Amino acid sequence: MADAGMLRFHVPEPEVRPGGTPDFSNVTIPKAGSVPRPEIDVDPRTIRDMAFSIIRVLNRAGEAVGPWAGLLTDEELLEGLRHMMTLRTFDARMQMAQRQGKTSFYMQHLGEEAVSCAFRKALQPGDMNFPTYRQAGLLIADGYPMVKMMNQIYSNEADPLKGRQLPIMYSSKEHGFFSISGNLATQYIQAVGWAMASAISKDSRIAAAWIGDGSTAESDFHAALVFASTYKAPVVLNVVNNQWAISTFQGIARGGSGTFAARGLGFGIPSLRVDGNDYLAVHAVAKWAIERARRNLGPTLVEYVTYRVGAHSSSDDPSAYRPKAESDAWPLGDPIIRLKNHLIHKGVWSEQRHTQAEAEILETVIAAQKEAESHGTLHAGGKPSTRDMFEGVYAEMPPHLRRQRQQAGV
Amino acid sequence: MPRRTMIEAIRDAMDVSMARDERVIVYGEDVGFFGGVFRCTQGLQAKYGKNRCFDAPISESGIVGSAIGMAAYGLRPCVEVQFADYVYPAYDQIVSEAARLRYRSNNDFTCPIVVRMPTGGGIFGGQTHSQSPEALFTHVSGLKTVVPSNPHDAKGLLIAAIEDPDPVIFLEPKRLYNGPFDGHHDKPVTPWSKHALGEVADGHYTIPLGKAAIRRPGSAVTVLAYGTMVYVAEAAAAETGIDAEIIDLRTLLPLDLDAIVASVKKTGRCVVVHEATLTSGFGAELTALVQENCFYHLEAPVARVAGWDTPYPHAQEWDYFPGPARVGRALVETMEA
Repeated sequence: MADAGMLRFHVPEPEVRPGGTPDFSNVTIPKAGSVPRPEIDVDPRTIRDMAFSIIRVLNRAGEAVGPWAGLLTDEELLEGLRHMMTLRTFDARMQMAQRQGKTSFYMQHLGEEAVSCAFRKALQPGDMNFPTYRQAGLLIADGYPMVKMMNQIYSNEADPLKGRQLPIMYSSKEHGFFSISGNLATQYIQAVGWAMASAISKDSRIAAAWIGDGSTAESDFHAALVFASTYKAPVVLNVVNNQWAISTFQGIARGGSGTFAARGLGFGIPSLRVDGNDYLAVHAVAKWAIERARRNLGPTLVEYVTYRVGAHSSSDDPSAYRPKAESDAWPLGDPIIRLKNHLIHKGVWSEQRHTQAEAEILETVIAAQKEAESHGTLHAGGKPSTRDMFEGVYAEMPPHLRRQRQQAGV
Repeated sequence: MPRRTMIEAIRDAMDVSMARDERVIVYGEDVGFFGGVFRCTQGLQAKYGKNRCFDAPISESGIVGSAIGMAAYGLRPCVEVQFADYVYPAYDQIVSEAARLRYRSNNDFTCPIVVRMPTGGGIFGGQTHSQSPEALFTHVSGLKTVVPSNPHDAKGLLIAAIEDPDPVIFLEPKRLYNGPFDGHHDKPVTPWSKHALGEVADGHYTIPLGKAAIRRPGSAVTVLAYGTMVYVAEAAAAETGIDAEIIDLRTLLPLDLDAIVASVKKTGRCVVVHEATLTSGFGAELTALVQENCFYHLEAPVARVAGWDTPYPHAQEWDYFPGPARVGRALVETMEA
């Protein structure tokens, strides 16, 4: 046998680091409309190539093309545009509020607005999301009051979570939004458990699991795929690949599998990739996967190919690990601009109406912010009581906590 | 009244709970068709169907994580982790998720799950089938931790745990499954059929979480014990002739502090016994509570008898296990102090 030489240790590196010229030439972008739309009861073995392609609907001319187009009315598309614009404005205001010291922490969605906003519109009332910290579009698109979100962000006296959770870790059973943990990936297997429970109970509601590219490396992700596959759970397994896990490029979690969608193939789970910056494509693929779940056809894995334009959180500075202009070079563009151009192309929208809508939305967000701030911000005004701190650990307060509350003098 | 082993009593608790409430779901590794490696779930799949009792993949984080999702949906999963030694892959789900879900969501979502697991040594299980990790759970806000010591209690406590609105860690001392083992490993164990606490009523009853039981009333010294150590302490009291009052804590959290304080104030002496390793064990908490609450009644330092701070050995099992001789020595020393 020939001498194989010394072993080499391999650590993947992104294409470019700060100071370099952004380069996404390795990201193959199929033409809009080129990926077929299989029947929902398709044999997963026959669509394995979909885990390596990208389903797209909106082309460069702003047209909706191909077999995944045509599901949404003009009114629905205009509503979707408004949701994404609202989320972006909300983020900008709350990011600024964090910088002004009104709260400790914030996480924005810049560039990823289509993923959660479009997905929400494909669900039905009663379905349950198990989100990460970057899916607030699920709440915005479901009409959850922005004031309540802000009260939570400010941990003020009206905070529905009584000041117990880090900002943006919302919870709303009513709006199909499971309590965000802050620990990564734990929710993925919980979503599968919720879906199993729905099937056990002969219900019709389905679950949606959410995770980022980086967290797919956690064992809970793999446990979730095993359980979902074994029990054919009615769940949509969403992977939001925004290219960056804080400073770590997606290649560190992805390894040699080519794509995150390909993770599903070994489990026999139909696995699709979709243009995450294309509102119509996200919605169409979500609809397909949700229908499969509801018709007892089991789980679907969906990878949303997108880009985290902003920092990971208010505590992060991306200029330390990636070129500043990288987001401009991202080949899938901006989700709001793309939907705007589509609606203009259809003749139901205009630059002027867009500018007007921006102003209206800003006004609405500022009004909500004023109302929230009247209930206090993290360090000023009304805040949850110290007594509240001891409540809700258990349904009924055990004696040792009652003693500690007395010691605390509340 | 029917006599049952602890295995039968635990099975009966799940049977009764599943019959009363269709939200109760039982699963875990080998739990479905086969009925569990200790046979605690035998017959449940045949009786209630695969929707209610089924086999799970070998993934403890998957088992507990999915149970949390089921509980959030509105079911009441009672899952088995095959050995307490295997619970660590699920620890994140238990600590960061199950324990805090009610608190962090302000009651929007809750987590009424039971995680059953055989605990403790005495079966030549080596370091991976013998551990007693209770202190890792009592340290966590939001969990309840239960350790039954006999069939009667096991059934009542497990039904109470399944009906509890919060997550419960249910540790079953596996050396007690078939009889009240007292640490005399060279003698045959009395079967539960010949023990008063092997009497297990049919049907539904509960034992409230947070209430201790006095197993042996006495006036000389209080012994705080749970699980297997209750019988070791009984043997030690009998062999030393010391009139010990033996308290079976049954639930470690919530803890029946009133029962502990009343007894120690009466006896003025206290020995704390557990099989788990000594340092930062639950005995440290008990000892601190006793001195905080009973300092001026104490005639002697509070003594602790526990597993040595080593991994659980195989060949040296009986040198490790805190048997009646070690507990007896602590009783004598505490009386002489």
